[in-house]
Amino acid sequence: MDVINRKLLRDLSQMRGQVITIGLVVAAGVAAYVTLQGTWTSLESSKTAYYERQRFADVFARLKRAPRSVVSDLESIDGVAEVDARIADAVMVPIKTLREPASGLIVSLPDYGSPRLNQLHLVAGSMPEPGRPDDALVLESFARAHSLEVGDTVPVVINGTIRSVRITGIAMSPEHVFPAPTTGIFSDEKRFAVFWMRESVMAPAFDMTNAFNDVSVRLQPGASLDAVMAAMDRVLDPYGGVGAFGRKDQASNSIVEGELTQLKAMGTVAPMIFLGVAAFLLNVVLSRLVLLQRAQIATLKAVGYGKSAIGLHYVKLVCLIALSGSALGIAGGAYLGSAMTEMYTQYFRFPLLAFELDPRLVSVAVSVSLLAGIVGAVASATRIANLPPAEAMRPAAPPTYGSSLLDKLGAYRFIAPAARMVVREIERQPLRTGLSVIGIAFAVSIMVLARVSSDAMAMLLDMQFQQAWKEDVMVSFLDPLSDGAVRELEHLPGVLYAEGMRMVPVRFVHDGRKRESAILGYPEDGQLRRVIDVERREVPIPESGVMLTAKLAEILGVSVGDELRVEMLEGDRKTVSLRVSSLAAEPFGLQGHMRMSELHRAFGEEATASMALLRIDPREYTRTEPKLKELPKIGGVLRKQTIIDQFKAQSADMMLVFSLILTLFAATIAVGVVYNNARVALSMRSRDLASLRVLGFRRGEISAVLLGELAVQVLLAIPIGIAIGAWMSKAMMNMSDPEQYRLPVMLSTETYAYAAGVTMAAGLVSALLVRRKLDKLDLIGVLKTRE
Amino acid sequence: MTAADPAQSEEVVLSARELVKTYQMGEVKVHALRGVDMNLRSGEFLVLLGASGSGKSTLLNILGGLDTATSGTVVYRGQDLTKADDEELTEFRRAHVGFVFQFYNLIPSLTAEENVRLVADIADNPMSPVDALELVGLGPRKDHFPSQLSGGEQQRVAIARAVCKQPDVLLCDEPTGALDFRTGILVLETLERVNRELGTTTAVITHNVPIAQMANTVVELVDGQVSKVEHRETKLPASGLRW
Repeated sequence: MDVINRKLLRDLSQMRGQVITIGLVVAAGVAAYVTLQGTWTSLESSKTAYYERQRFADVFARLKRAPRSVVSDLESIDGVAEVDARIADAVMVPIKTLREPASGLIVSLPDYGSPRLNQLHLVAGSMPEPGRPDDALVLESFARAHSLEVGDTVPVVINGTIRSVRITGIAMSPEHVFPAPTTGIFSDEKRFAVFWMRESVMAPAFDMTNAFNDVSVRLQPGASLDAVMAAMDRVLDPYGGVGAFGRKDQASNSIVEGELTQLKAMGTVAPMIFLGVAAFLLNVVLSRLVLLQRAQIATLKAVGYGKSAIGLHYVKLVCLIALSGSALGIAGGAYLGSAMTEMYTQYFRFPLLAFELDPRLVSVAVSVSLLAGIVGAVASATRIANLPPAEAMRPAAPPTYGSSLLDKLGAYRFIAPAARMVVREIERQPLRTGLSVIGIAFAVSIMVLARVSSDAMAMLLDMQFQQAWKEDVMVSFLDPLSDGAVRELEHLPGVLYAEGMRMVPVRFVHDGRKRESAILGYPEDGQLRRVIDVERREVPIPESGVMLTAKLAEILGVSVGDELRVEMLEGDRKTVSLRVSSLAAEPFGLQGHMRMSELHRAFGEEATASMALLRIDPREYTRTEPKLKELPKIGGVLRKQTIIDQFKAQSADMMLVFSLILTLFAATIAVGVVYNNARVALSMRSRDLASLRVLGFRRGEISAVLLGELAVQVLLAIPIGIAIGAWMSKAMMNMSDPEQYRLPVMLSTETYAYAAGVTMAAGLVSALLVRRKLDKLDLIGVLKTRE
Repeated sequence: MTAADPAQSEEVVLSARELVKTYQMGEVKVHALRGVDMNLRSGEFLVLLGASGSGKSTLLNILGGLDTATSGTVVYRGQDLTKADDEELTEFRRAHVGFVFQFYNLIPSLTAEENVRLVADIADNPMSPVDALELVGLGPRKDHFPSQLSGGEQQRVAIARAVCKQPDVLLCDEPTGALDFRTGILVLETLERVNRELGTTTAVITHNVPIAQMANTVVELVDGQVSKVEHRETKLPASGLRW
């Protein structure tokens, strides 16, 4: 081996503390990148492949009832490639393993073969035999949640009649990747069931023989979605069509897309920031490390090594550090990425969801860290190699210090010379101090960034479920009922208070833009529901007119005072004009809010409620629940606590893992930066410090000089880092603006405390490590040699 | 006139007996000191002569509490330094010893006065830093930073820093080694003045033979052993030295 390479290996082993921490910074940056970006690309490509394979439809529409012959009208629409008509309706599943009955759908299958669109992925068993009543396929997530197997029977209330459905097979569907009821935004695999039955068996129960009430369409390449939807609406309108909608409004897909947008923001912006920060630090740290080798570089030059040979020497040094860090980061990132992808299968039901490690991704991560390191190290090495060897072999000229503003103000009179050393060092080396502070601040900022999503989720949870929704149980009716029905619920055991609410499914139309949504009607003296905006303020329901979610107003292009066309999507399908009287920047959903009386008046309907909100005595709930289940005309019974638990078990856990991983990386980076900073400072100052020791300063006293400087850097960096973190969080959140919910960028005090705490702990650990080195300072050696 | 003739003084400030120092350099044992006996008497100006590698720096470092001997004893006014631990050596240096080095070792971020004050702050009975700088002739330059001072001036700041705590012993390791002749003389005059006016016991090590002419006592070290001790009756003023 060449001697110069031997020097390389020995340097590495001698600087192993620094080499390891720098390597870990690279590893953390690369791992964050690979994990997050990899998880996102894996989910995205799994979804696309799955949709393609199962022929997931582009347009969907529901209607009251149309004869089969209408299908050919739909097929002749320009841009339509394929039409799949079927029967679909809501069902209730009073399964024994649940306290409240599960809600769900029953969907028809053609009598022979598979549907043309939205094909099922059979996981177990087989398709139902045509002609066998009560045979059905069941949605895989529901089967798994209740340990249902092929051959089991499940009670299902189909069009008011309870039937015992026999499971012939278990299937996944591209329409239910995210298994949740249409109105839900939380995955609810226990409480959401889908059954598929042969059409000939199902049709009589719904009076749908030779008819359909649900249709899916696949577009020709390049077809206009809007034009096809408009044409479909024209065809289906006479048959009670409630408006065609595209993939982005399909219940499961909109959640999947929303999650993916969220993940994309987290999975592209955050890893970029991580990698960028790691690269920046690598650059700074390595350039300082090389500066410390000034005399060695001069000697190499003096004995005849050229600049390029010296440059190559340091390139090798960087490569060894950066490549081993990257290798560790890729391995760790692949492991965590597949674990996260695995976690997503908990609530995204794709078959064969696998983590893919894209070689392009890996090469980006590795090149970025290599490049940053090489630039930093080679720039320093070249700067030194450009000096004449004789000059470079002398110690660098004493750093120039002059009188500063603080001197002129006489501020130094009040502090001891040792403290002055700290202050002057900071004051006179603004660039070095500045870079160190920025480096540490970045580490702080990514810790803040790591926790922003979970903070926002916690906030959202609190706002929606503690402040906005005050009921314990939500009972939805199959059809709107009178206020008397709500009052009756109050007589059930354990029910303390009941309040009716009206929810009207509508289509908002304004200026050519339209949106399917709902208007919620609030009782005059309602106590249970409030609208809370992202600033956590209550927004009052206007006396007249409709209040819209701010995001919805933006989508529709309306502002306060505008008139809005509202088409009711149930009952007599009346169209009215409503004035937008206010906007609510609420975090959840896209909807309208009105006073119940105003709503009734606007649509000219009787006083009715579509759901009841109950406050219950939790001790009595075991008695309340069976009574509720027995009531006719009840579409669903949902305990608020169930939603919260469900949400916490899924999304919140996911966020926690996400945050935990990122926080771990961020903490690694923080320790790496602070420690290396301290080590470089020690090398640069060891001569001064040894002089002080010789003059009789105690160990504690010289430690104070060096560590005081570090402490100042850390303390300066924390507020800056928090500010950068908050800013980056905002930028990341802005990238993800899913229509379903808008996460407020509100960082909790714990996050700030956490970021500050970890950084200070990193500082403390580094200080202790450096302190150990200080105690072993070679007094004579330092004084005898020039460097 | 005992004070004016310190060579005759019987009060020994620092004494070394049978001092041995060996370093293990890989597989080779280096014998830096092989049984050195010497005394440093109160108020005297001692020059320790020797070629490079003769062990003179090692001896000075051990006398000043910067290093410990392998065997033998060092006694400072009855205190056995050989048995002192690191803490005790630090306290010894802090209270009693002033050092001057070839490469000045000033703190670049502190002005001349602040460099001196640095030591005054931790001393029990220091002289005023400004007085110390006046003593070395640098009163007017007290607000300058090391980078604004010449080598000779930096060395004189180092001397002011060493004497301001009024040490018992001033130990100087090649104080003129990095300086030209004229500046070197200036520094030696300063040391002479400190020794004369403050009565500080001073030991200077050098390989520069003519400097021995300004000493009360000259100790020559060859290959880790004392080869010659000379008590001089008459000493030349530093300004009279030539090399």
